[in-house]
Amino acid sequence: MRAFGDRFVALVFVLGLVAASMTVARAGPYEDALAHFAADSFSDTADGINGVVASGNPLAATVIGALQEGRLLFSAQGKRVLIRDRSDKLIDAATGAPIDGAAPADLAPVRLNNRLRGLVEASVGSLTLMAPDPGKRLEAARAVFKSRDANALPALNQAIAKETDPRVKQALVEARAAVLLYSDSASDADKLEAISVIRQRGDQEALGLLSGLPGNASPAVKQAAADAAAAVQKGLLIWNALQNTWYGLSLGSVLLLAAIGLAITFGVMGVINMAHGEMVMIGAYTTFVVQEVIRAKNPALFGYSLAIAVPLAFLVAGGIGVLVERGIIRFLYGRPLETLLATWGLSLILQQAVRTVFGPTNKDVGNPSWMSGSFDLGQITVTYNRLWIIVFTLLIFAGLLGLLRFTRLGLEMRAVTQNRTMAASMGIKTSRIDALTFGLGSGIAGLAGVALSQIDNVSPNLGQGYIIDSFLVVVFGGVGNLWGTLVGAFTLGIANKFLEPFAGAVLGKIAILVLIILFIQKRPRGLFALKGRAVEA
Amino acid sequence: MHTSIGAVAERPFARRLLAATAGLALGLAAALPARAQDTIKVGILHSLSGTMAISETTLKDVMLMLIEEQNKKGGLLGKKLEAVVVDPASNWPLFAEKARELITKDKVAAVFGCWTSVSRKSVLPVFKELNNILFYPVQYEGEESERNVFYTGAAPNQQAIPAVDYLMSKDGGEAKRWVLAGTDYVYPRTTNKILEAYLKQKGVADSDIMINYTPFGHSDWQTIVSDIKKFGSAGKKTAVVSTINGDANVPFYKELGNQGVKATDIPVVAFSVGEEELAGIDTKPLLGHLAAWNYFESIKSPINDKFIADWQTFIKNPKRVTNDPMEAHFIGFAMWVKAVEKAGTTDPDKVIDALPGIEAPNLTSGTSKMLPNHHITKPVFIGEVRADGQFDVVWKTPGLVPGDAWSDFLPGSKDLEADWVTLKCGNYNTVTKKCGGAS
Repeated sequence: MRAFGDRFVALVFVLGLVAASMTVARAGPYEDALAHFAADSFSDTADGINGVVASGNPLAATVIGALQEGRLLFSAQGKRVLIRDRSDKLIDAATGAPIDGAAPADLAPVRLNNRLRGLVEASVGSLTLMAPDPGKRLEAARAVFKSRDANALPALNQAIAKETDPRVKQALVEARAAVLLYSDSASDADKLEAISVIRQRGDQEALGLLSGLPGNASPAVKQAAADAAAAVQKGLLIWNALQNTWYGLSLGSVLLLAAIGLAITFGVMGVINMAHGEMVMIGAYTTFVVQEVIRAKNPALFGYSLAIAVPLAFLVAGGIGVLVERGIIRFLYGRPLETLLATWGLSLILQQAVRTVFGPTNKDVGNPSWMSGSFDLGQITVTYNRLWIIVFTLLIFAGLLGLLRFTRLGLEMRAVTQNRTMAASMGIKTSRIDALTFGLGSGIAGLAGVALSQIDNVSPNLGQGYIIDSFLVVVFGGVGNLWGTLVGAFTLGIANKFLEPFAGAVLGKIAILVLIILFIQKRPRGLFALKGRAVEA
Repeated sequence: MHTSIGAVAERPFARRLLAATAGLALGLAAALPARAQDTIKVGILHSLSGTMAISETTLKDVMLMLIEEQNKKGGLLGKKLEAVVVDPASNWPLFAEKARELITKDKVAAVFGCWTSVSRKSVLPVFKELNNILFYPVQYEGEESERNVFYTGAAPNQQAIPAVDYLMSKDGGEAKRWVLAGTDYVYPRTTNKILEAYLKQKGVADSDIMINYTPFGHSDWQTIVSDIKKFGSAGKKTAVVSTINGDANVPFYKELGNQGVKATDIPVVAFSVGEEELAGIDTKPLLGHLAAWNYFESIKSPINDKFIADWQTFIKNPKRVTNDPMEAHFIGFAMWVKAVEKAGTTDPDKVIDALPGIEAPNLTSGTSKMLPNHHITKPVFIGEVRADGQFDVVWKTPGLVPGDAWSDFLPGSKDLEADWVTLKCGNYNTVTKKCGGAS
């Protein structure tokens, strides 16, 4: 039944092709291939791509490029394939000329799936190896490296001979090596040379190429590939350790970011502030609101949305912090249990308030272009969002340290927390300082929210995920010591990331908890214990 | 989760007693405030606060919409329907308490609710004891069939297995190496156990399967994504099957996008990511990653177009999306209405008996049927993420797939069968010919 069905479909299809070729004036392999795109089936589209590429028609690169960007359109009824160019004009894919008359009513983009997308990438690669733009050529060379398409070999050889840019040339040579290594017709000498080129590359993909060698290779080639794979693996070990350190720094910076506000409210003031996470969440929602306003009023400013959100988040979260201190916390100083319960209740109220106002679903906070993507540093992948978060965290830390050390407000804060009665008798309004300190801690939590909105969900639950970790960091680092918080956060981050590959994320987290409990047994005041009179305060 | 043998042996009598008591209670309830009570109450048991509110609030709203529509059509059995909404606050024991309150205090005729498996497990004893009906709308791990529960979400064979089949097919990329990544709780663990057994049966070697679990709300995915990249560069086509739950998905996908893991290299197929979850992320870097569901908003059909329009009008937001569990409630509610009409009463025993065999249209222009094992027939779709946060269906099963309560790929459950019509048993062992679960 099925075979018959297939045959029937094929027959209908051939008839359709015949009809199509009768209407199209000059039928050739290119036009035949184009007609496949109008069939709206993935296997036909694959035939279309291969046919168009093989035809050598000058329009091939345009058609495949349009297909990749979803600008290749077809009309099932009219059996026509059109290109929508970048200025939104419709072009007949068969002739390259703008269409005359109205566009067909049933125009739809030619659909792709993953297999076809891979095929398109490879085709674009082999078609643009000689493109004038070196960036495009580099991309093309990488695409061929991935696809290992044997048909691209002549084009590669030609491109290598003509290439002047050393980076592109290197990529082309590597692509050629990949093609040769997996080709059935290449000689063993060629393959051995290819292996040495790939070994030089020394990264994860090289390892993949070397270890995935097809079974029909000769023993000499197999041996060489195995040796090269072992060498690459050895080289990657060191990079792995570096990569883990980087991940650890990045996790540490997130921990520090979340904990640094708490280091003020809990560490300096001694308030067990369970609503700290909600201040982070409020910062994240401020970012969301800023972005919504920018999207609605002035989309051109989107790249600056985070810069605009930073001061606003600080003010909003800080303001709420001051209100909370004046309204609740100041009645509860010296009663840790009541403070804990009251702030816990407050955190639930804030969560539900946000849920009522903004809805329970995640909010889409966009990443400006400078916050997305990654670059390679040796064999390490460094993602931009993580890099900027580390920078941002360190800036906040330095700023806070400066504020406490060099400003009058900082001096008064230290004075009040170290000896309240003495500070009061020197004329410092202690209750005002309390409010400002709590506001400062909350404001910094708001800043953390701006950064965390870039890597995590913006939902009413955002803060809950960070509250436990924040307390851990502050307690581990030593209550009341900002440097302790810094060292504690990075230590926990790096330890976590070195444990994770062995123990897995779940066990890794448990192990860290156990280690901290043991550590606190030994040193109840954390890494950097405060000494002197401040301890009794 | 398996009922003990002793309890099962006593069950018929216990059930009759229970039914009698329930009948008596209902009779009394009907007799006493007969004049005042001219509505049929429907319980809605979804978290409106706490961590699960993100997913469950939508289901509460869709139930309110369905009940309102039914009332516009003249209600049910000549009475108006009345929704009773409670908030179990993502707190599992509270689910049981609220379920009890709905059944005993509000005297609801049926309950639509729960999302997580643990919340379902927590209310099960209540529904059994008080003999009421629960419609459970979420895809789950299977390995359960209860007389009082009707499962309108997907069983593993209606989501996980077809997804793996697709990835093994030519169009799916002929994956040879598999990463099973999930959140550390019962649904991913059971699903991955089933998938692992299935993959091995298909000849996948142990060394080609990587299993990874993460805590709830995991937000630092750097190591895991780079591990997946490493695992995927061993020269064989690699695919990731993700049972990562809820909030952890957004940072996971962001990390995938940032580290440049493209769907053409390593496709990720997710079982818990739908239109609602994607509404919180920029989907351009995720182009081509996959999801397996029984419904996608992008599927064109007159009934789906109407449903989406109704929903957006009801919720007064033209941007709100629809998703698979919403469709499950749509089907479940229609089935319950039909069963009540067929039975001519809302008495749970009669409705439970009437439900198997009931057919109701699903939103993808097919007709789903309630099976004797209290699961339903559904089509399975594989969708690829589009740049606009919707899914493009790239594959679907030829027909409807009947939900299988007990997986055929787990040693403990392959001999079990659920049939509440002829066998009157949720875990009938076909080898020992006894109703009582795994040996």
